[in-house]
Amino acid sequence: MTAPLLDITGLKVHLHVGERIVRAVDGVDLQVAHGTCVGVVGESGSGKSTLARAAARLLPNLPATISGTAQFEGRDLLGMNERALRGLRRRHGFSMIFQDPLGYLNPTQRIGAQIGEALSDEDGAKTPRIAALLDEVGLAGARDIVRRYPHELSGGMRQRVMIAIALASAPKLLFADEPTTALDVTVQLQVLQALYRLHRERQMAIVIITHDLAVVAEICDACHVMQSGRVVESGPTASLFANPQHPYTARLLELSRRRAGVRP
Amino acid sequence: MLRVAGRRAVWALPLLLTIIVVMFCLLRAIPGDPVQAMVGDFPVPPAYRALIEEKYHLNDPLPTQIVTYLGNIVSGDFGYSYQNQRPVIGLILERAPRTILLASASFAIAIPLGLLLGVLAGTARRPLADKLLTTSALIAYAIPTFWLGQLLVIVFALQLGWLPTQGIGPMISRAHGFAWILERLRYLALPALAFAIHEGMRIARISRASVIDTLGQGYIVTARAKGLTRGAIIRRHILRNASLPVVTIAGYAFGHALGGAVLLETVFAWPGVGLLLVDSIRLRDNMTVIGIVIVSAIAVVVMNLVVDVVYALLDPRIRTAR
Repeated sequence: MTAPLLDITGLKVHLHVGERIVRAVDGVDLQVAHGTCVGVVGESGSGKSTLARAAARLLPNLPATISGTAQFEGRDLLGMNERALRGLRRRHGFSMIFQDPLGYLNPTQRIGAQIGEALSDEDGAKTPRIAALLDEVGLAGARDIVRRYPHELSGGMRQRVMIAIALASAPKLLFADEPTTALDVTVQLQVLQALYRLHRERQMAIVIITHDLAVVAEICDACHVMQSGRVVESGPTASLFANPQHPYTARLLELSRRRAGVRP
Repeated sequence: MLRVAGRRAVWALPLLLTIIVVMFCLLRAIPGDPVQAMVGDFPVPPAYRALIEEKYHLNDPLPTQIVTYLGNIVSGDFGYSYQNQRPVIGLILERAPRTILLASASFAIAIPLGLLLGVLAGTARRPLADKLLTTSALIAYAIPTFWLGQLLVIVFALQLGWLPTQGIGPMISRAHGFAWILERLRYLALPALAFAIHEGMRIARISRASVIDTLGQGYIVTARAKGLTRGAIIRRHILRNASLPVVTIAGYAFGHALGGAVLLETVFAWPGVGLLLVDSIRLRDNMTVIGIVIVSAIAVVVMNLVVDVVYALLDPRIRTAR
């Protein structure tokens, strides 16, 4: 068996908040194989976003103790220097999309420029590649979108632009941090479908961080349930949903079904 | 873009109108008999009083006077300075370019200097570097410009003898062309530097706060996730977004500076609007004082207008708002 694309073992992120220590992530193991889709589910505050940010080395510069290991294709992510990290982010490494695309897009820069600067210079002219990326995320109809600013787009379009930016480096792994939470219900499904299609077409592994079990059920091969910084249950999505072992998982499932109006 | 500017300009008009009316009422509220003031320490003959009151519409009802005054202002008539024996507008027009020159030169130094220090402090990787920069900027900002000006004079003019101590140019000059410009620049250097250090430190403090605020924005995380270098993130994502509050502060300060840097112009005997204001107050030349105040108010309002336009240029969200 080949080594997993992303291999996290015993990862701890302890944030120092004044005198207190917040164990945001407290000993998490997570493996992501090439081309698979893994869900990390949990309530807000369970540490799932911090886990993804720590693995992607995108935690804000706060006082924190990070221990454990995180390897990307066998390379140590946590100890990696900025230069090597930039290399991985720019080409064939990993990228990330976020919950709030309006806040995560530069308000004063045109869409075309924001996508363009994520493309590496080595692969030729940028304009056709920007157009190709926009096609790929389902924004083919909006040709003039490159000249527009984020606030001129709808929420769904912004998230698609975010995805286009993330795809620009042709990543092997995409972290999706609550990618559909801020969107309308109808748009949620479209964005999810787009992500799934890209996952299949590009053989791109995805780690989806979400509190929405329906999202996981829709597209994830495997699922990890997090509570208070720990993974309390994990396994293939189908069996986990059919037969939850941990009471917390069962309760999450119960709540999710009730909200969807489907009585078990 | 033009729509934004036009809309703001329309809003600025009632503001200016109010300022002028208030200034006129203040002028009227100044105690003393204007006819007596013209005559001096002398009994005023009733016939002469009637003549003057007729000529200057002193007995018209207040609203009529205000309308007449507004008409005069619009046609550029700010009254007559008896102390200088000249129309006020001529005095101001003579002084204004010098003040504009001093203010522009100062801000041409202060804005880049302040932005540079602010970005350096705001993005400093080591907290100590940030603390050092911030504290030095605060100390420099706390030095009053007139004292800083005197220190600069002592060092650069008296000790080193590189630059003149005061004034706008030599009494007699035979320089022409480029040499003339260089000569003038030597006189401009010290007052502009004193002004620039003060304003630059203010801008540095605002920029630093703004840069730190921008660093916490989501799009900086996106920029990092793109694998951009530190320099590219600062250039493309931080500078423009962080400069928005700086534009507001710098624009306001510049508008203020156009009304004359009173203390600085006094220290350097720089014959600008500020010095004219000081002299006019000392000589009780009320028409000139009021004229300067109105022109300064116009400068502030116009600069606010410019700030709005620059803001819209920098931030596309404002262009499309409403």
